[in-house]
Amino acid sequence: MIKMKNVRMTYANSDVEALNGVDLTINDGEFVFLVGPSGSGKTTIMKLITGEIRATSGQVNVNDFDMVHIRRSKLPKMRRTLGVVFQDFRLIDNMNVYDNVAFAMRVVGARRRDIRTRVPYVLELVGLEGREKRMPNELSGGEQQRVAIARALVNNPRLIVADEPTGNLDPVRSLELMLLFEKINEMGTTILVVTHEKELVNAFSKRVITISDGHVISDGMDGYYSYEIE
Amino acid sequence: MSFASVAIIVACLVIMGSVSMIALNIDALIKDMETQNEVVAFVDEELDDAEAMAIEAAILQVPNVADAEFVNRQEAMDNFMSNYDEQLREGIDVEVFRHRYVLHLNDITKMAETKQGLENVPGVAKVNAHFDYAKAFISIRNIVSVISLILILVLVLVSIFIMTNTIKLATYGRREEIAIMKMVGAGNAFIRLPFIVEGLVLGLLGGGIAFLALWGLYELVTQKVLEVFTGSFLNVVPYTSVHVYVLGCFMAISVIVGVFGAVNAIRNYLKV
Ligand SMILES: Nc1ncnc2c1ncn2[C@@H]1O[C@H](COP(=O)(O)OP(=O)(O)OP(=O)(O)O)[C@@H](O)[C@H]1O
Ligand SMILES: [Mg+2]
Repeated sequence: MIKMKNVRMTYANSDVEALNGVDLTINDGEFVFLVGPSGSGKTTIMKLITGEIRATSGQVNVNDFDMVHIRRSKLPKMRRTLGVVFQDFRLIDNMNVYDNVAFAMRVVGARRRDIRTRVPYVLELVGLEGREKRMPNELSGGEQQRVAIARALVNNPRLIVADEPTGNLDPVRSLELMLLFEKINEMGTTILVVTHEKELVNAFSKRVITISDGHVISDGMDGYYSYEIE
Repeated sequence: MSFASVAIIVACLVIMGSVSMIALNIDALIKDMETQNEVVAFVDEELDDAEAMAIEAAILQVPNVADAEFVNRQEAMDNFMSNYDEQLREGIDVEVFRHRYVLHLNDITKMAETKQGLENVPGVAKVNAHFDYAKAFISIRNIVSVISLILILVLVLVSIFIMTNTIKLATYGRREEIAIMKMVGAGNAFIRLPFIVEGLVLGLLGGGIAFLALWGLYELVTQKVLEVFTGSFLNVVPYTSVHVYVLGCFMAISVIVGVFGAVNAIRNYLKV
């Protein structure tokens, strides 16, 4: 669950507000698109959710953690309830597909037996069975992003946030990836996806939150991408 | 780069060790001189022989007096005479000489206080002590210890700095991996561990090499020094009499340098 109340954010090295009063609530089990023009504050919202940055004022709650006042030492615990997917995949180049996913379990101290059963299950879920031994540079962009999603999923998070996950993919791969997110959502994980792709958003009938100039300008269940790209 | 940092740590430790060994030898030398440096306490002429001998206990009570030897008039005169030729000896009467105590001190740096203490002993008329020697030794010792302390501090800081940069390089190569670890919720200890291990290994390697290098260097130099000063009073502290401490210090410094370097190097990565 994500809850933001009157959130303001000014980056330390700048004097303009990146966010100037954001209010939004995303309940467990929802699938939400976050859209808006470049520079409107979408990535800033994502970073507030993952704890990469802290809000200047207001209230940010993620999976029952107070992200404005959370102690740094509590961040690892918080992040285990969350999966993150980036536009540029961020895989470890010198690890194969299996290890890239298993890595996420190892670093949180999962038991070996659990890793051996969970990783193949997740890789199959994202459609990568048979690719375990491949290195990242031997995969297509779409496949690399699936590895990243498998990694985000492997510790069974309550919430997955993805910042332009299809930004480096062609339309067909993008659609496939969204369908994968939808499948994961149907299994119970909350999904928040930032995207610029109007066609894609309109192809799904999901909740769409539109942000512009640092605040929410529309929030609807009709799945309509409600602003025009310049 | 790892090689370079080990080499620098070795160099720093060898310099530290050399300075310490020099300081140690100067200290030993001073100790040696202290045992040879005599203080003479002259006994009041009013006292008869028995009374003069009786104040020995009081003299030994004075702090810092290591030992006291009573020398009576006659012995003092004989001693004096043996140093001069016949002509001069004529006409000197034994009454010119006083009874005296020849003393050795435990700590030459406290010579002034000890002299004061001796003068307060009833029956002691006058105390002769060579302050100029003592002062010179004390200032040499002070200068040497201050210099070596400063040098050691500077070199420890230099080593930590070098170690920090080495490990920073290692973390830089793995910064994406670290970022991913953080994103999936790895604890700070887990992220730090491999780098601390690396720092420790590099540090201990440097410490071990430095220990052996210093040993070799010390043997070589002391041999040369002893060759030059053959037959003189000069003694050197053998490495084997302190090598346990050297090893202990080197290892302790290496551990500090390695761990501090590692923690320092990844501090920035752990902020987010
Ligand atoms: N690290 C930063 N330091 C200073 N200002 C920043 C920083 N990151 C973002 N900003 C500013 O904050 C505002 C919002 O940026 P943000 O990255 O959230 O936009 P966005 O909606 O993700 O844009 P895009 O669609 O291009 O990714 C912008 O004006 C941007 O210049
Ligand atoms: Mg962005």
